[in-house]
Amino acid sequence: MTVIDPAALSGYDVHPPRVGFFTDTTLCIGCKACEVACKEWNGVPDDGLNWLTSSYDHTGALGANTWRHVAFIEKQAPAGEGPAGEGTAGVQWLMSSDVCKHCTSAACLDVCPTGSLMRTEFGTVVVQQDICNGCGYCVPACPFGVIDRRHDDGRVWKCTLCYDRLKNDLEPACAQACPTKSIQFGPLDELRVRAHDRVAKLHDAGTVDARLYGAGDGDGVGGMGAFFLLLDDPEVYGLPPDPVVTTRDLPDMWLTAGKAAAAFAVGVVAMFVGRRR
Amino acid sequence: MVPPAEPRSYYGRPILKKPVWEWFIPAYFFSGGLAGASSALAFGARLTGRTRLARRARLTSLAAVSASTYFLVADLGRPERFVNMLRVAKPTSPMSVGSWILAGFGPASGVAAATDVLGILPGVGAVAEAGAAILSPALTTYTGVLVANTAIPAWHEARHELPWLFAAGSAASAGGIVAALAPPQEAGPARRMAVAGAAAELIAADRMERQSGEWGEVYREGRAGRYSCLSRWCTGVGALVMLLLGRRRPGAVVGGTLVAVGAAFQRFAVAAAGEQSAEDPRHVVGPQRARVSAPS
Repeated sequence: MTVIDPAALSGYDVHPPRVGFFTDTTLCIGCKACEVACKEWNGVPDDGLNWLTSSYDHTGALGANTWRHVAFIEKQAPAGEGPAGEGTAGVQWLMSSDVCKHCTSAACLDVCPTGSLMRTEFGTVVVQQDICNGCGYCVPACPFGVIDRRHDDGRVWKCTLCYDRLKNDLEPACAQACPTKSIQFGPLDELRVRAHDRVAKLHDAGTVDARLYGAGDGDGVGGMGAFFLLLDDPEVYGLPPDPVVTTRDLPDMWLTAGKAAAAFAVGVVAMFVGRRR
Repeated sequence: MVPPAEPRSYYGRPILKKPVWEWFIPAYFFSGGLAGASSALAFGARLTGRTRLARRARLTSLAAVSASTYFLVADLGRPERFVNMLRVAKPTSPMSVGSWILAGFGPASGVAAATDVLGILPGVGAVAEAGAAILSPALTTYTGVLVANTAIPAWHEARHELPWLFAAGSAASAGGIVAALAPPQEAGPARRMAVAGAAAELIAADRMERQSGEWGEVYREGRAGRYSCLSRWCTGVGALVMLLLGRRRPGAVVGGTLVAVGAAFQRFAVAAAGEQSAEDPRHVVGPQRARVSAPS
């Protein structure tokens, strides 16, 4: 299964295989070990003890101080449905650990004017904190609403896919902590094969709603470095149904600007022609 | 399968992140555009012998580019690292492109104004002013691309209109302010630029707000709606005053100021529209779900 190699496209001649996450949400038990492990390993600051009344989700969303976010959805469903064939009568739980997608075509990286956001040799996207000057352009550029600016710090922060651990042949903290292996880490091509096999098995077992999100190269971000197996539409989990990297339309936008600039120039000249008045 | 009528979401929470930019950034859009258009005006005035118009236009340009540089640096999360904007030159980042345009335009505008006021090195001043004028069309339009090159629906879907809108607003505000400052007998081109720019701005804003589909509604609601309305009124009334009464100084001052204020409100309307659009997950989910579910 071919996977686009963004590290090679970014100029790395020799580099390890592209790695990422396959998050199989059918295995998630909502323990939030991933949230805790991520914060502990990366020293991510506390962003409040909040009661958000969204089922067991009191984290809310990804942001500068949340790089793993477990979503909880309580669906009304007839009794007896679910991947294990059983469930609480009337309620089906959907649980999913959200994370930065480390897109093949990453809008945050494209728009960063300082070169702080970069592609690593592993194919992941990281912020170089010694360069970022907090311009914040990446924040509205991300189609998933992942990256954000840390108020007291001024710079932007997001999941690094534990770049420091990868350089030392360790897997990311969240994957290591996950007790059910819902978060699976490894070479992206292997993960994709595994994911397709898993979906086929689920369909055979009667879980026809199982589908992959971000597992191919053909989506609007060129495929995601962190992709998911979901049991409902992406928007139910807070994910965009059809994310597109904004830079895809940029050549067209520059052309529009060129036309407007030419019209501006012609217009200014026109203001001066004719008799003095 | 027919998609559900109301776009679904995760507890109604936003999918996108709101821009972190404060008022500095729409203020930058306004002052940067003003600087660019004023320097184009100054160059034309120089070439047609309108010396007093030229001086006022180049001083306006210098003041505006100085203010815009301050606004840009002040909005950074780490202002002391502003020079990192010049680490790379990336065409995929309109902010990078704009930083380089400004890096050229700012000094050029400064040299043009300084040599004129000090009465020294006229040749150098002429070259600098020509350089600034050449950069001015880029300076007045690139900010439209910057705003459109994001995931926010109200901005991205307005990508065909934003460069025109910002260029027109720049022309209107420069024409208005310089016409207010310059003696009426030389200020003809500035008056015309104010009126023509205002008309173009009104047309572009109308197209943007109507063609933007369901997310255009943000321009009719909340802060964006208020700023948009204020912009339309100030621009329209100002243009009329300039057209009918601009040959006398008081008319030019009132009309020119109104037109400039209208252009400023338009930038703030766009900024507010971005925040409102990011906050509503329906703007993201609705069109994307329709795209995915459409029979291919």
